[in-house]
Amino acid sequence: MEVEAGSAVERARSGDSDAFRLLVEQHSRAIFRLAFRMTGNEQDAEDVVQETFLRAYKQLNRYEARSSFATWLFRIASNYSLDLIRMRKRHEDKRERGADEERDILQSIPLDTPGPERMAYGTEVRDRVNAALNELSAQERAAFVLRHFEGLSIEEIGASLGTGTNATKHSIFRAVQKLRKNLEPVVGHER
Amino acid sequence: MNHISEQQLVLLYYGESTEAATIDQHLVECEACRKEFRALQLVLNTVDSAPVPERGADYGKAVWQRIEKRIGGRKQRRFAQWWIWAPAMAALLVSAFLAGRLTHKPLGPEVAKNQQQIRERILMVAVGDHLERSQMVLAELSNAPDHKGKLDITDEREMASELLDDNRLYRQAARSTGDTAVANVLDDLERVLLEIAHSPTEVSSSQLEDLRQQIESRGLLFKVRVMGSQAREQEVAPAPQKNGKKL
Repeated sequence: MEVEAGSAVERARSGDSDAFRLLVEQHSRAIFRLAFRMTGNEQDAEDVVQETFLRAYKQLNRYEARSSFATWLFRIASNYSLDLIRMRKRHEDKRERGADEERDILQSIPLDTPGPERMAYGTEVRDRVNAALNELSAQERAAFVLRHFEGLSIEEIGASLGTGTNATKHSIFRAVQKLRKNLEPVVGHER
Repeated sequence: MNHISEQQLVLLYYGESTEAATIDQHLVECEACRKEFRALQLVLNTVDSAPVPERGADYGKAVWQRIEKRIGGRKQRRFAQWWIWAPAMAALLVSAFLAGRLTHKPLGPEVAKNQQQIRERILMVAVGDHLERSQMVLAELSNAPDHKGKLDITDEREMASELLDDNRLYRQAARSTGDTAVANVLDDLERVLLEIAHSPTEVSSSQLEDLRQQIESRGLLFKVRVMGSQAREQEVAPAPQKNGKKL
């Protein structure tokens, strides 16, 4: 599979758009999953997928086979997602307000939801997980998603996001702290 | 041994601890730390329940269809093909649009209103395309990797220079129709395009940062993206009827 991907990359670099189409078809779903987890928004995730491949196509000559093509795409997608989140947060001018609202939302989700108990619990947990992820800063969310969901090492994440190893670690630590603070009251029900 | 810190436990959870054996041994002996680690595991395992919308097996094909045109255009002569016709087309569209506004014969109010809506719709489709191309330039610069040395922005510079002519025409047309929101975005866009077009072909990281600041301080990429999507929605929406909505 890697050999096939490698040869597709080589052909794409020499201008074969069919080869690039194969790469798009092969990696789109993974990039969408990453982008959705980073942005928390389906439309943004679609934008990220599209821009990632357009950017990758234009920069194919900069790709060095030291990392896998998938990792290289992840790097582009995560940086683009980061920029998107930062811009959105800045220009909606509601980071502070948003954080307060998220806290309110977290507080307002009732713990004892009526209805079929198990289903209600599952829905409630998912809602809270989403709200808790939304409360992370762009940097924290990016580092956490890449570590937790995509399994990149801290060193790889630092290289992808252009942050040092210590800064990356601290982003992940802060993310975990916030998630624990918001989710432990719910998870505690299961204990 | 002292109790294990939360940070050490996080690294252990992700398999990145350099002292895993020692911590494991401590966890066997210390109930408090074991309990703490279990609580951490429970939260992090719960995060996995965050749902991601499903995309079918054909999703990659759909993505390709969306980007194929833009990639195909680049493949042959990069942006040269639309370079040639885009300014002329923009000028034609805007001239026709303004001529229609200034020289139309007296018509019944409904007919006049529908014609006005059709002209505005045509303009918005063209503006949508223009914004999409502008977005590519802005996104390229915003997401360019940080280089220690110089970064070649010849393509972006060339694109910005060509987009400027279209932008002026669209901005004038938007002003004349009273589309202040569109006109303001195009106004901001014009300033940034001007900066890019007048930049050297190779920029240092500080010059690149300046350009990024220009883009970010105006929230331009976001505005262009949103407005471009709205224009695209108009493009696919049914033709305006009596109460066609203006952007």
